[in-house]
Amino acid sequence: MSDTAITAGALPAPKAETGAWGFSRAQFGALAVMVAFLAVAPFVLYPVFLMKLLCFALFALAFNLLIGYVGLLSFGHAAYFGMGGYVAGHMAKAVGLSPELAILCGAAAAGVLGAAFGWVAIRRQGIYFAMITLALAQMVYFFCVQAPFTGGEDGIQAIPRGSLLGVVPLDRDMPMYWFVAGIFLAGFLLIHRVVHSPFGQVLKAIRENEPRTISLGYKTDDYKLIAFILSAAIAGVAGATKSLVFGIATLTDVHWSMSGEVVLMTLVGGLGTVFGPVVGAAVIVTMQNYLAELGAWVTVIQGVIFVACVLAFRRGIVGELGNLLRVKL
Amino acid sequence: MDGIFGIPAPLLFGQLLLGLINGAFYAMLSLGLAVIFGLLNIVNMAHGALFMMGAFVAWMLLTWFGLGYWWALVLVPIIVGAFGVLLEKLFISRLYKLDHLYGLLLTFGLALVIEGLFRNQFGSSGLPYRIPPALSGSWDLDFMFLPIYRAWVVIFALVACLATWLVIEKTRLGAYLRAATENAPLVQAFGVNVPRMVTLTYGAGVGLAALGGVLAAPIYSVNPQMGSNLIIVVFAVVVIGGMGSILGAVLTGFALGVVEGLTKVFYPEASATVIFVIMVIVLLARPAGLFGRA
Repeated sequence: MSDTAITAGALPAPKAETGAWGFSRAQFGALAVMVAFLAVAPFVLYPVFLMKLLCFALFALAFNLLIGYVGLLSFGHAAYFGMGGYVAGHMAKAVGLSPELAILCGAAAAGVLGAAFGWVAIRRQGIYFAMITLALAQMVYFFCVQAPFTGGEDGIQAIPRGSLLGVVPLDRDMPMYWFVAGIFLAGFLLIHRVVHSPFGQVLKAIRENEPRTISLGYKTDDYKLIAFILSAAIAGVAGATKSLVFGIATLTDVHWSMSGEVVLMTLVGGLGTVFGPVVGAAVIVTMQNYLAELGAWVTVIQGVIFVACVLAFRRGIVGELGNLLRVKL
Repeated sequence: MDGIFGIPAPLLFGQLLLGLINGAFYAMLSLGLAVIFGLLNIVNMAHGALFMMGAFVAWMLLTWFGLGYWWALVLVPIIVGAFGVLLEKLFISRLYKLDHLYGLLLTFGLALVIEGLFRNQFGSSGLPYRIPPALSGSWDLDFMFLPIYRAWVVIFALVACLATWLVIEKTRLGAYLRAATENAPLVQAFGVNVPRMVTLTYGAGVGLAALGGVLAAPIYSVNPQMGSNLIIVVFAVVVIGGMGSILGAVLTGFALGVVEGLTKVFYPEASATVIFVIMVIVLLARPAGLFGRA
């Protein structure tokens, strides 16, 4: 594809280099760097900050599955992120489920929501798809303002982290970090595996030319819906994990500005790249951390980054890096 | 009076009026979005921010320069429209050869910048804007009190929408516009300066949003979030109406405002979501929208 496509970050990959699980040699290298970082980071950096980063990275990976590989811009992914957080928080606090079950419940709720919304939204393409997903997510926001179990403006507070499998207490930050890192890595590998499966090839065919894919006999709506559900469920896992880490689930996570943030993270890192969403999430979360005292200026800076990325920097950090090194990252 | 369906008449008509007012804003904003989309092929995510800017510029004219409501009604669309022209020239015009989604992302970024700047400058609590003396007070219509300003907003918005429709459907300029929407290269080949027309169309759509902002200033408090809260509903309105028809956009806007107002009377819990629910139903029954072309 030329520079006109939304996934300008993706470069054609030399076919022979893709090895196990669809990783090329360069990607294996990058994966090794990332795993090493995950292993060392909690001893250097504040674990809670890292956990926040990983949750948003997983969220951005889920979003990138749609925009990068199916070409669908969902502008309402906060709905699945936030709903996953609310359901997991409710299950852990009011029902008393263990953390892994609470997260599974959050993922299931987000997946069901994704199935319903995806079924409606895939009836339209392009910008209409973006507007529909945004409007549906706003509906979820109003639902969360009013529904009894979400606690309205207060949100769900003091969510217990509980014990993993009822055995390993997660109250301290280090065990919780390893748990979160494990979830993140599993999500990362799952998405990569899906994208490089025959199913993923059909998704990419839809992105490049949907009418042609239909003419080849694929029911593209089914493929798009499955990808949407998968993306929503993984976003739900990310939101659920975040609510357990911080012990709180609030309206911020279902607000449209959260949907905008995940778009920004993926755009900054590189749409349609393997590692882009992770790098983008790291950049944006770090920026928010350091600029928190500037208040509303953070919004302005985010807007400026949006504009700069779209005008001059469409490949994102990882896309530009890959272009420089002539590898697909 | 007993009221209608057990609902006191003043409450029913009061909400109906509120619905009409919201509908007026939906209509003006979705009309601007539709015109911009028709020619530029971008969804102007900054539309809400520019609506908000219209209200703020009206407030600034009054507070800093002593220019009242009537001046604002004339000057604000021009000032904000000129700002829109600047945005189009500087940023948006660079994206026409790219995927439409980039236009959406860019204007979303612009909306964040505009909204953030106003929040920094004016806080988020909201500023009051007085109803002009000539339009304050209310009429006693026997079954309800009708605040004059609210009636003015509905009628003015209706006239503005009809004027826009007339310009697009009945004038030579509008004919150029419609032709360029269908096939821009061909119109350019006939010697029409299409890039300039695109710029001016964006400016006009933005000016319409700013005019809506001026009308809204005395009703809602002037605050930086007033646009983003509205624009998502307007997107749903646009999806319901389809962007194919000008009158369709206006009609859908007003009708949905009324539906929302009536929902506030009969089932208040659903009033925030009713338009989104209607959007889902329309998408299931008629994916192209009520007035859209498939």
